Amino acid sequence: MNGSAWLPLLVVASALLPGLIIFALAEEKVYLRTALNLTGAFSKLLLTGWMLWGVYHGYQYEVSMPFLPGLDLVLRADALSLLFIALSGILWLLTTIYAIGYLEGSPHRSRFFGFFSLCVTSTAGVALSGNLITFLLFYELLTLVTYPLVVHRGTEAARRAGQTYLIYTVSGGALLLLGTVWLYTLTGTLEFKPQGILRNLSEENHPALIAVFALLIAGLGVKAALVPLHGWLPQAMVAPAPVSALLHAVAVVKAGTFGIVRVVYDVFGVDFAAELGVTGPLALLAAITIIYGSLRALFQDDLKRRLAFSTVSQVSYIILGVAIVGPLATIGGVVHLVHQGLMKITLFFCAGNLAETLGIHKIHEMNGVGQRMPWTMAAFTVGAFGMIGAPPIAGFVSKWYLGLGALEAGQHWVILVLVGSSLLNAAYFLPVLHRVWFRDPPDTWPAERDFGPKETAWALLLPPVITALLALLAGLMAAAWFSPLEWVRLIAQREFYQP
Amino acid sequence: MEAMLADTAWAVMLIILPLAGGITCFLWPTLSKTLGLITVAGVALSVAGLGRQMMENGVYRHAVGGWGAPLGIDLFADGLSLLMLIMTALVGLGISFYSRNYFKPQEAIWFWPIWLFLLAALNALFLSADIFNLYVTLELVGLAAVALTALTGHRDALNGAMRYLLAMLLGSLAYLLGVALLYHDSGSVDIVTLAEQVKPNATVWAALALMSAGLALKTALFPLSFWLPPAHASAPAPVSALLSALVVKASFYILLRLWLEIFGFFAEGAATLLGLLGMAAILWGSLQALCQTQVKLLVAYSTVAQIGYLFLAFPLASGSDSMIWGVAVYLAFSHALAKSAMFLAAGNLVRFGGHDRIADLDRVVQRLPLTVSAFALAGVSIMGLPPSGGFVGKWLLLEAAMVQGRWDLAAVMMIGSLLAAGYVFKVLGYAFTEAEVSHNAKTVPASMEWAALLLAIGAILLGFMAPEILSLTRMTVSSGAGGAAP
Amino acid sequence: MSNAFLYALVGVGLFSLGFYALIRHVHLLRKILAINVMGSGVFLVLVALAKRTGSALPDPVPHAMVITGIVVAVSATALALILMLKLFAETGQAALSDRRKE
Repeated sequence: MNGSAWLPLLVVASALLPGLIIFALAEEKVYLRTALNLTGAFSKLLLTGWMLWGVYHGYQYEVSMPFLPGLDLVLRADALSLLFIALSGILWLLTTIYAIGYLEGSPHRSRFFGFFSLCVTSTAGVALSGNLITFLLFYELLTLVTYPLVVHRGTEAARRAGQTYLIYTVSGGALLLLGTVWLYTLTGTLEFKPQGILRNLSEENHPALIAVFALLIAGLGVKAALVPLHGWLPQAMVAPAPVSALLHAVAVVKAGTFGIVRVVYDVFGVDFAAELGVTGPLALLAAITIIYGSLRALFQDDLKRRLAFSTVSQVSYIILGVAIVGPLATIGGVVHLVHQGLMKITLFFCAGNLAETLGIHKIHEMNGVGQRMPWTMAAFTVGAFGMIGAPPIAGFVSKWYLGLGALEAGQHWVILVLVGSSLLNAAYFLPVLHRVWFRDPPDTWPAERDFGPKETAWALLLPPVITALLALLAGLMAAAWFSPLEWVRLIAQREFYQP
Repeated sequence: MEAMLADTAWAVMLIILPLAGGITCFLWPTLSKTLGLITVAGVALSVAGLGRQMMENGVYRHAVGGWGAPLGIDLFADGLSLLMLIMTALVGLGISFYSRNYFKPQEAIWFWPIWLFLLAALNALFLSADIFNLYVTLELVGLAAVALTALTGHRDALNGAMRYLLAMLLGSLAYLLGVALLYHDSGSVDIVTLAEQVKPNATVWAALALMSAGLALKTALFPLSFWLPPAHASAPAPVSALLSALVVKASFYILLRLWLEIFGFFAEGAATLLGLLGMAAILWGSLQALCQTQVKLLVAYSTVAQIGYLFLAFPLASGSDSMIWGVAVYLAFSHALAKSAMFLAAGNLVRFGGHDRIADLDRVVQRLPLTVSAFALAGVSIMGLPPSGGFVGKWLLLEAAMVQGRWDLAAVMMIGSLLAAGYVFKVLGYAFTEAEVSHNAKTVPASMEWAALLLAIGAILLGFMAPEILSLTRMTVSSGAGGAAP
Repeated sequence: MSNAFLYALVGVGLFSLGFYALIRHVHLLRKILAINVMGSGVFLVLVALAKRTGSALPDPVPHAMVITGIVVAVSATALALILMLKLFAETGQAALSDRRKE
């Protein structure tokens, strides 16, 4: 399959090229811009589908170019990268549609969509990186191209939020760089390989390796919003809703988490990491983040901030699953990468709809909004129940496997964390749902826009409904051959725990 | 045709061409714009020709007039010189393209001839084979640079230029005294001969101290950098770009040459000192840059900090890693591209809004997108983020520091990058926000925006050319003709 | 102690004196003169050390260097003087001001 070796590059280019062209477009060329966006998104989905088929049948796609002495830039599609790519591909399409509706008539759209595409480009690059240096490149690129999105509104508040965002992410990047260089001086390679690249190192390097692990995790943990490195995330909420949605569900947070998965499985190797004794502290850190994020979410009145803290908490399920060490826990953690993405993007879309249609930003303003916007709030309800972990929504599947995995590994305390966090999730979502469905609506909404008989614009309504449906399906049909769960099983068998 | 290309004395052209161009510009000021651009393009072609010759024949040596050492003057180029020549030609092209529309006619008639003289002096410096010629060319570079700084005749510019001139003269005299001592010790000024003969003794140590101090002053190594910010910030934008990108590199090149060939083998203690000063420069320069409220001063202090990185090569190289000299040159190259782009972008901002106060930039990202992109891309290289030239250079330095267990160097490099991110994004953050006082915007010619952007893109692309460039730096006298092949 | 060495020492002394004056004095003309004194010191060193060969004929190379150096010094001084005059015309004082651009 030589011809298709270029596929990974094409996937990256599918978002890059439209982005670069869009920068040059005049503001009022709405149709051309939309066409470019959608072309990019659809071609990315097509290419991803092609590679999914290929990887399923055992092909490997790899393309590389020389970069540093002894180090190449490598793009490689394996099963894990495709999981992330597929997620980002689908969500990019939906978020693009959403953003077109959301930003209708607002200024600087060419700039917005340009950086938006670059953001997806870097996410694709992060997913397809075949070694740590390539990963680092796209990881830093992601920081750079999301900054203009965070400060998009151009207000003083946005500038400050952007500043916080940068302080966190750039420092994280520096730690990651330091860890990467150190690792390279120890091993002479930065390749991602199943079972890692460190097996052959002698015992005396182990303290250094533990330090490297700490540096890498700290660097990645900033974007993955591990406590205490999560401070940027709630602040970045000042960005427009589609940005929050994409940032939280796919791009930034997931890039960090995905990096941790890569580092644990493909750099250190999960068994070797356990041998070093670094997975225990990581699991503990993830558990603390889960509980802490939920607790903080409980006390937020601002809807987007509550969702942000919920993200802090939920993303750490993935890390917890990785750090428990064991096939079942791995499946639970990695599949949550997709499940959390679907559910959280639904919730952010809905929050954006409330703000855009009725001017609602705070939770105490949401009384009876279910009567005014039934479809939006139905989607919201699915997302919220999924977060709580109610069957049959996707979130339940993740938690089930995490629980099983913890039992399998003999780490019973994890069950307590799971139960505790689920209770907390319920405590911060159920009161909202109660307001939405069972309280009386006020006479007037804070800032209502007229959409005629519809509850809101089509472009705003369709994406959350679709993602809610997908979250529902991912749970209902978890056993079907095309479900994320099955694909993650494949990953676990093929890459992490191959005999 | 082939033979003609191969036989032309490109190195001589590199000096004659800009010299002749400069004089012609003086004589026919109305033509200076066109003549200047043609000359710079000719210089760029000559560098290409020289590079081609060297790819085939290896290190280049030419006795001017057939006299030869010790009385005659030799032109000499190895990989290091060639890289510096390429750097000068590329940055020079970008800045010339920019200057076409920057200067008012009464300034242009001075700018072009002096700039061409500066170009001739720089090329001659990079082609010099002996330490006395280096002195003469260094002085020519300094005088031309001072004249350019004073070009506008404003009070700040004159003040900056005067301070600059005194620092330059002091630096060159210290260097010259060092030359005298070295000549006394070994009876030669030819670098290759010196490299063979010099043994450490009191005279040589005195020469080392004098030459290093003088050159460090001219390179603006902290704490001898006091003259740089006022001079660089008060000069017209293309001149600031020339000074920061090329002129400070000239004295750095001499220092590097001396250490690489002569002093590097015994002066470990002095190397440690230079490294310490480099670390201090990174921290102090970056912090100062972070505190500035004006774009040009910010960029000028950033130069102080980035020069610090170059000096980290000294302690690392004495830790037995000779590849590191190549890395320093590579870093100097990428800094030249990035910093010239930054100064040119700053010049556009000044032209656009009539000021360079950071807090009042007022949504320039929308109104001058190309300029802000140039600043941002150059910033990526300055911050050392991938895949830019700055990243590759810092990665290699970091790797060497870690291999040698120099955690202090690694830590300072990381802190420097963070601070750099701080000051670059300080500008970019305000470029997105609305200012309280909006200014009456003037238009900026497209060529000025593109010149800045192209240089910045160059700084990024340099990151992908690391293997070729590093192999070029290994083309030395000892590696012979085969040095070109990696 | 040979004469040549003595001359060289005097040269170094001149260099140091000039250096002191350059830093110490505020008036630009004095600074420029100080630079010239330093230059003369260096030239003296060069001329003195030309006797290094020990033979009756001194080494011509340092003499060539001194001549070149004097040419450079003259042009540098000319530039410095014109800058000083311009500065004086602009600010009314022949000294560097530390006031930064507001």
